Order: sequence, then C-alpha cells, then structure tokens
Amino acid sequence: MGYERQADFGTPEVRSDTEVTCFIDGREVTVPSGTTVMRAAALTGGSIPKLCATDNLKQFGSCRLCLVEIDGMRGTPASCTTPVVEGMKVHTQTPRLQKLRKGVMELYISDHPLDCLTCSANNDCELQDQAAAVGLRDVRYGYEGDNHLGAMPDVSNPYFDFDPSKCIVCSRCVRACDEVQGTLALTIDGRGFGSKVSAGLTSDSFLSSECVSCGACVQACPTATLQEKAVKEIGKPERAVVTTCAYCGVGCTFRAEMRGEQLVRMVPWKDGKANRGHSCVKGRFAWGYAQHQERILSPMIRESIDQPWREVSWEEALTYAASQINRIRDTYGRNALGGITSSRCTNEETFLVQKLIRAGFGTNNVDTCARVCHSPTGYGLKTTFGTSAGTQDFDSVEDSDVILVIGANPTDGHPVFASRMKRRLRQGAKLIVIDPRRTDLVRSPHIEADYHLPLRPGTNVAILTAIAHVIVTEGLANEAFIRERCDWDEYQHWAEFVAAERNSPEFLSPVIGVDAEAIRGAARLFATGGNGAIYYGLGVTEHSQGSSTVMAIANLAMATGNIGRRGVGVNPLRGQNNVQGACDMGSFPHELSGYRHVSDKATRDLFEAEWGVPIDPEPGLRIPNMLDAATDGQFKAIYIQGEDILQSDPDTKHVAAGLAAMECVIVHDLFLNETANYAHVFLPGSTFLEKNGTFTNAERRIQPVRKVMEPLNGYEDWQVTQELARAIGLDWNYTHPSEIMDEIARLTPTFAGVNYKRLDAEGSLQWPVNDTAPDGSPIMHIDGFVRGKGKFVVTDYVPTDERTGPRFPLLLTTGRILSQYNVGAQTRRTANTVWHPEDVLEIHPTDADNRGLKSGDWVKLASRSGETTLRALVTDRVAPGVVYTTFHHPATQANVVTTDYSDWATNCPEYKVTAVQITPSNGPTDWQEDYEAQASRSRRIVGHDSAMEPAE
Amino acid sequence: MTAHTAEKLAYMANQIARNLVHDDKPVAAVADHIVSFWTPRMIDTLIAQGSAGLDPVAAEALARLADGRVPAPQTRATDPQVHGSDAG
Repeated sequence: MGYERQADFGTPEVRSDTEVTCFIDGREVTVPSGTTVMRAAALTGGSIPKLCATDNLKQFGSCRLCLVEIDGMRGTPASCTTPVVEGMKVHTQTPRLQKLRKGVMELYISDHPLDCLTCSANNDCELQDQAAAVGLRDVRYGYEGDNHLGAMPDVSNPYFDFDPSKCIVCSRCVRACDEVQGTLALTIDGRGFGSKVSAGLTSDSFLSSECVSCGACVQACPTATLQEKAVKEIGKPERAVVTTCAYCGVGCTFRAEMRGEQLVRMVPWKDGKANRGHSCVKGRFAWGYAQHQERILSPMIRESIDQPWREVSWEEALTYAASQINRIRDTYGRNALGGITSSRCTNEETFLVQKLIRAGFGTNNVDTCARVCHSPTGYGLKTTFGTSAGTQDFDSVEDSDVILVIGANPTDGHPVFASRMKRRLRQGAKLIVIDPRRTDLVRSPHIEADYHLPLRPGTNVAILTAIAHVIVTEGLANEAFIRERCDWDEYQHWAEFVAAERNSPEFLSPVIGVDAEAIRGAARLFATGGNGAIYYGLGVTEHSQGSSTVMAIANLAMATGNIGRRGVGVNPLRGQNNVQGACDMGSFPHELSGYRHVSDKATRDLFEAEWGVPIDPEPGLRIPNMLDAATDGQFKAIYIQGEDILQSDPDTKHVAAGLAAMECVIVHDLFLNETANYAHVFLPGSTFLEKNGTFTNAERRIQPVRKVMEPLNGYEDWQVTQELARAIGLDWNYTHPSEIMDEIARLTPTFAGVNYKRLDAEGSLQWPVNDTAPDGSPIMHIDGFVRGKGKFVVTDYVPTDERTGPRFPLLLTTGRILSQYNVGAQTRRTANTVWHPEDVLEIHPTDADNRGLKSGDWVKLASRSGETTLRALVTDRVAPGVVYTTFHHPATQANVVTTDYSDWATNCPEYKVTAVQITPSNGPTDWQEDYEAQASRSRRIVGHDSAMEPAE
Repeated sequence: MTAHTAEKLAYMANQIARNLVHDDKPVAAVADHIVSFWTPRMIDTLIAQGSAGLDPVAAEALARLADGRVPAPQTRATDPQVHGSDAG
C-alpha cells in the first residue's frame, strides 16, 4: 500500500443487538443503535470536520468543529456526541455550518504557528487537513495577542518530542493515556487560556514522569505536538506495510511506515485483532537494533573458540558447517547432533529447523526455548483439557467479572494486553493477584486488587489447592458443569483430595505465608463473582511443580465452570512472539507438529511419506539433557537459531561447560550473542522486518509477518536453513515461505485450513482451523472439551528441594521489566536502556537493614550455583525474605546463580526459586571479570580492530 | 557417563515418582512418563545404575522398563492414540 492514514471513523464502534437507519446528507445508512452521527457519516464515505474525536477514544465533544444540523432538532449539535435515531435526517455541509466551523478554526489557528511548510507534520497533520476542509483563508484576530508560540519543547523522551507551541489542547493525548494505555500519566494542567498538557507534576518532563512511552498519545495527536523524533529526522513515510511485532506473545499488528528501505516508524494497526490499535514502548519504538552497528552481516568460522573469527563467504561457511556435521555424524552417530529452534523466528523457519534436525541430521534431538518457559503449559493443559494452548482470545477479557492473575506481571511482560485488562478492571471487574511481589497491577490509578496474595516463592500448588479446598468444602463448585463436561469420578477423587484438612488454607497458611482468611476470601470471590478468568505466566511454569500448577489452574477453572465461553478460561501469557508457534511446529524432541508423539506410527508415516526419510520413533534430548550429554562426551554438535542459551538458560556455568565440550556449535543470529562465545560457525540472521512468514501469538492467532525491507545479511532465515540443508545433501527447493506453510497444513491437522491466501484476506486465523472449525477457534471447548471429557488431576504439593538455610537465607525470584525484552539482545541495542541500564536487585528494607545496605549499593548475590554482583534497590515491593532481579543484561548474568532444579514433568528450569545470600560488595566478582575477558577474546574478528593484539 | 549425569537422572526419576504417586497406577504412570519423554540412552543409563537411591515407585518403574514391559499410555499427555492431540 502507499502511505495513506488508516481510516478514522471519529468515534468507537458500538456493539448492539438493534440497528437504526438514518440519512446523512440524503445518503441512507443503517448502523447499530448508539452509533454517533459522526461515525454514521464516516461509514457512508462522508467526512465531518473534527479535531478532538478519533475512533479509538470515547467521544469528548470539546472542539466544536463537528457541528451538524438535524431536521427537527434545534441548534447545531456536535455529531460526535449525538447518537443517530431511526429516520434521523442529518445535514453535515451547510453554509451555516461552514461559517461556524470556520470561526472555530480561526480561533485555533490564531494561537498556532504558521510554519506548515517547514513543520515535520506537513501534509500529515489533521489540523492542517481540517483548516482546508473548513475553507479557512484568513484569521481575523491576527497573531499579536497572548499566545503559546514561544513555549519550549520537551525533548526528554528518546523516541518522541512534545512541542507545546503546536498544541491545540484537544485532550486526545490525555484521553489516550487514560483510556487506551491506562497509565493516566498525562493531564491538562491549568484552565482556560492557561490550559496545557502536562506529564505528571509541573517539575516533571515526559522522561521523568510515569509515562511508559507506549506511544498512544503520539498516535492520538492531531498535530506535530507529540511526534516521533524519527519522523522529524527522516521525513514523512512514503509507503506502509502491515506486519506483526516480533517482541512478546501478544502479537501486536503494526504498520511499518517506510521511506525507501528506511523504517520511519511503527504505528499500531487498528484492525489488529490482538492489539486493537495499541502498542508498547518495545514494539512501537525499540526497533533500532535492526540496523545496529553490532549486527553481524558476514558468515564467520573458526576451528576452535580460542581463535578469532574469520569472515568467509556463505558458501565457505555452509560447506564448513556441513563438513563438521557429516564428520561428527560419521564419527559419533546421529544422536551426537541436535538443534534448537527459535521462538523469535517464524513458524515456517521453526518448522524447517526441526525438519532439518529430524530429516537431515536423523535425530529427534531438537528443542526450543519453550523448554525454559511454557513447556509445563503444554503438558498440563494437554493432560487436563486435551489441548496444549490457552482457551481464549484476548477480546474475551472484555466480559470477565473476576480476573485472577498468578505468576504474571502483564503490565511489564505483556503490556498491550495488560492495558486491555486494566480497562476491564476500571469498568468494575474484580482482581485477584497471586504473586510474591507487589506488581504494578496490584495498585495503579483506578485499579486496586481485591486480593493480593503475596505467597512465598515455590508454593503455587499449595495456594491453588487451598483455594480449591474452599470451593469444594463450601459448596461453591459448579457441579452441573462438571457432570456435563468432565469425568465425574475423577472429579470426586480430586474433590476428596482437596477437601482434606491438610489442604485447608488454615493448615497451609504457614507454608504459603499468606493469611488463611485472605485465601478464603479470594476463593469465594473467584467462585461466585461471575465470569472468572485465569491469566498466568512464567511465575507458574518455572518451578519444580510447574506442570502441577498448570493442572491445578485447569482444575480450578473446571470446578467453577469457567471454560467454554467469553470472559472465562485458562490463559497462559506466552513469553516470546512465536513461542506458541514454535511449540505448534514440532520443536519438542518427543513430538512432531501438532503435538503428535514421535512414537505414533500413523503420524510418522505421514511425515516419512512427505519427507522421504525415516523418522526416529524414540524421543530426543531436551536442552538440559543435550548439555549433560555434551559434558559426558556424547553430544558433539548443535545448530542454534535465534536463541541465546548461555544467557537465558539456568546455571550458566553448566551451560558454558556443555557448549565448550562440543566440537561444532553453529549459531544463527543477529548478533554475536553470549552463546556465540562458544561457537565455531556464525550464520548471520535476519530481523522480522526482513522476512516473510507467520507468527502465532498467545491466543493461537496465526498472523502474517511481511518483509518491509531487504535482509541486510542477504538472506531470510528460512533461506539460510535451506542452504544448510542443501549443504548436507537434502534436496530442498522452497521458493517462498507460503510453500512451507502449505507443507505444514498438509502434515498438521490443526493447520489444515491455513494458507497465505486466507491469511492475507482475513488478517489472521486462530487454530484449530480445520473441517470442524473452518473459520478458526477464538474460544475453545465451547460445547464440551475438544477431545473427550475434562480431566481433574490430583496435584499434591511437593516442596522444592531448593531450600533456604543459614548459608542462603533468602529466596531469589526473577522476572522482567517493561522496557527490556528477554536477554536484552534487541532492547539493549536501543534507547530503551535509558529506563533500565542495568539489572538491579530488589530487597526489602528489613533485609537491607540487616545487611547495612541502601539503594545503589553494590551487592554480591550468591547461591549454591554461583555468584554475581549488581546494585541494590531497597523496596517493600518484595516481602521480607524475598529478593528479585531481572536477567536482561549479560554483565549481571543472573542465571549464574540459578540452579539446575527443574519441573518434574518437562524439565522447565526452576528460575523462580533460588536460595541466596546477599552481602555488600565492592564490584564485579572474579567470575564476572573472567567471563567478560573470555567474551571479549571470543568476539575478536580477523581484520577488525578488536582482533588486534595489544601494543607492547 | 559421569556420576553427575547418573545422579541427575535418578533425581529426575524420583521427582516424577513423587509427583505421580497419587495416580491410579503410579508405577505404570512413572514408567509411561519416562518412556514418553526420555531418550533410550537416558533410560539405559539409569537402569544400569541399579536401584540404589531410587524412590521405590521409581525403582519399580525402571525395573519394568528393564524387563521391556512398556506400559500403555497413562495420561493424555502421553497418549498418541486415544488423544492424538491434533487439537494441540
């Protein structure tokens, strides 16, 4: 498409069971009851002048530009606040209206700079458009009176400027911050002529205020007042491509607005069904890493990791990699090989990597980053519901009455969905937060959790069982639902278990660390408060009982009848952009695409017929098993696409030892990441802006990823994998990712109805898409569970073996922050570092006092696995006895202290519970200094300055 | 095979046993879980270690596997036939 602004209907769409018909300038139109005159006019193709109205904000009625005349009504009502009624006859363009509108516009322009030709919003400015629309030719008031033309701009935000001299005080930015984002950081300060937009206190700038840089205000601004710095620097875009964000599992749709091959800005697409026109600071602004100078664009090889890298041609790199793969297979056998697919790459790329491992390497030793995040979701939901994914779409939250958030911090991890959740909470839905830490959701403007249960890390199963105890023993279970949809005998067995006294809140309270009455209150609220929805994240899965916790959540949803309709359900908030897709595509070592076990002959037959090679019927190694096998000398080579296991996986020293023991590590990535310190072949990767494909978000929504610029490295990632496959002798000839998707659809029943033509036409599809659900499945299990009956599973609380004691008296739990993403490889290479330049350790004032610590002090964080240093932040967000940090920065390497304990069913690491000690420190540990030195040596490239020997 | 890896496999088997002890048939459930998610080499390694240090349920499950008595799938997460899981 060219660069046209997305259509703006002025006021939001109205949902109504009834319709009314009216006439706009003689044009007949039928709209849902409650629709405004402005929107009805826009739907007929008309355009009523407006400034304060835009269709993602509630009507406000302040600018007085959208006046209309209506037969039988007196005066000139504002079309944005007047709903149409049956038979209404509206006149939008009359001499009287023209005169009124022109008068209004004159007043606006009398206090607005007349620098249109040099303004960065020239020809992309609603004020300019409306001045033209009303036929403004002069301003009778002159420009000599008091005005705001000398107001100084606020350029503190790294991504956008605020220039009050151009502000018309339409309040769209303030309303966007309130209604769309829900942060309420902006306000109109002062009254009348003195009114001005203000971020926080008078002393605040945008950067120092509570603004979260989501960009909603910038998007809402009808002038150049709030505008992206990139537009000022580069100029107006000349084309736009709709694509899908590559950050978190929300899967926001954006317009990538381009000028030639240069990305000017990412603007959230209002028709995106996951984000409905909203964005966060990462997707909206933090894309600068795509052109970062540290991106590696030439393939590189080296015989051993103590050598510097040598830049070579693609052919040489691929030939070398293939020769190593073939040598190792011939020497040690096919099971000495393996690979890791990327949850950041497309479905098609992920599918190809696992195909390369299974069909090319001849082994099922393939795994993906879901191993370390949501593998328990797959196991737990498959066991209880028969499916391995969340049950709802994001829209569902609009109908929730009670929202239970456990082990998730959506305002930081999934901010765009969090904004939608917060909107529902402001409308009156109740909130229960189960989290050791007081997350922002617990208390924020106009939102306060009805219950915050700050449990001791590692006691998720105990608290969920205690909640179930209350529901069962107080007769709050929905037995009609259970009898109809679930196995009744299994329910009774489970109910008997949870009803035991040892599972009561009173008995478990000392273990959980939460008052029994609060647990009872939360249980009663969830069971009786109407539509109950459970949202959870890695605080549930990354435990030794992660899978049990997922099943306990599923039990709770079934026991209360909260499955199978809007407003309810079990909703895993998936971490990475395509982690759902990576799982769907057969990235796990025991199953092929569509979650079908490799031992199933019928499934293998299907793949063997398509691929023309035998598939091993035995499961392969999971990532931690691969590393163990490597240190044992049995696993020798790995192909890792788009994953940095050295930084993201637990027990860094063990990961490093495993990688160091391998003879060929092939890293396919954008940057020389931490894992690449141990690599022998580096294949440059491409960004999501440089490729075609699809991502699948947390609501099972398959969405197109479209190439908006040519890959700087020369190839899309699927092409690189294909070339590697060819180099080891496979006859692959895909010419476009759509052909890979066609193969996926042929081999995967849940994707049977998915193809690029439909995705282009419909925007997205939610699997399953098959004969039973030809249009996809926004909500699952509507009339009964997709496969058989819902299964209640007894989830006995088994305490983790990671215990506190005299040496390690505190519990460390880890998480993430809004401005950074995962290991930070992308966001650390953007201006987002202004908000989070380093990982810090949150510690309660009591624990800090006991150690003589204050905020900003260097502290040593030590566990049984290792130790690191970072700065302390003293805060009562964490409970006494609990400390918290993030893992976004390699200098900290928080995972050097996490242990190798893992989920009993899936080996998902227990990141969320580590017994630690905190002591004052003077600076980096020996390990950190050694690590930095090794990383620095390892990143040398022949012919680059960093490879030169230091002068004597 | 290092002692560390063998010890880790035993720990994993014990952990599985502790979490499946409430199943109708805990021994079959543990054996089924291990067969479904472990490589044959991992299973052989643990069998070769003997039952020392193993939870009784885990030990019995391993003994069954050593005898080649692979149980039928015990849960939907491990059952490719009845719940082939094409719905995910």
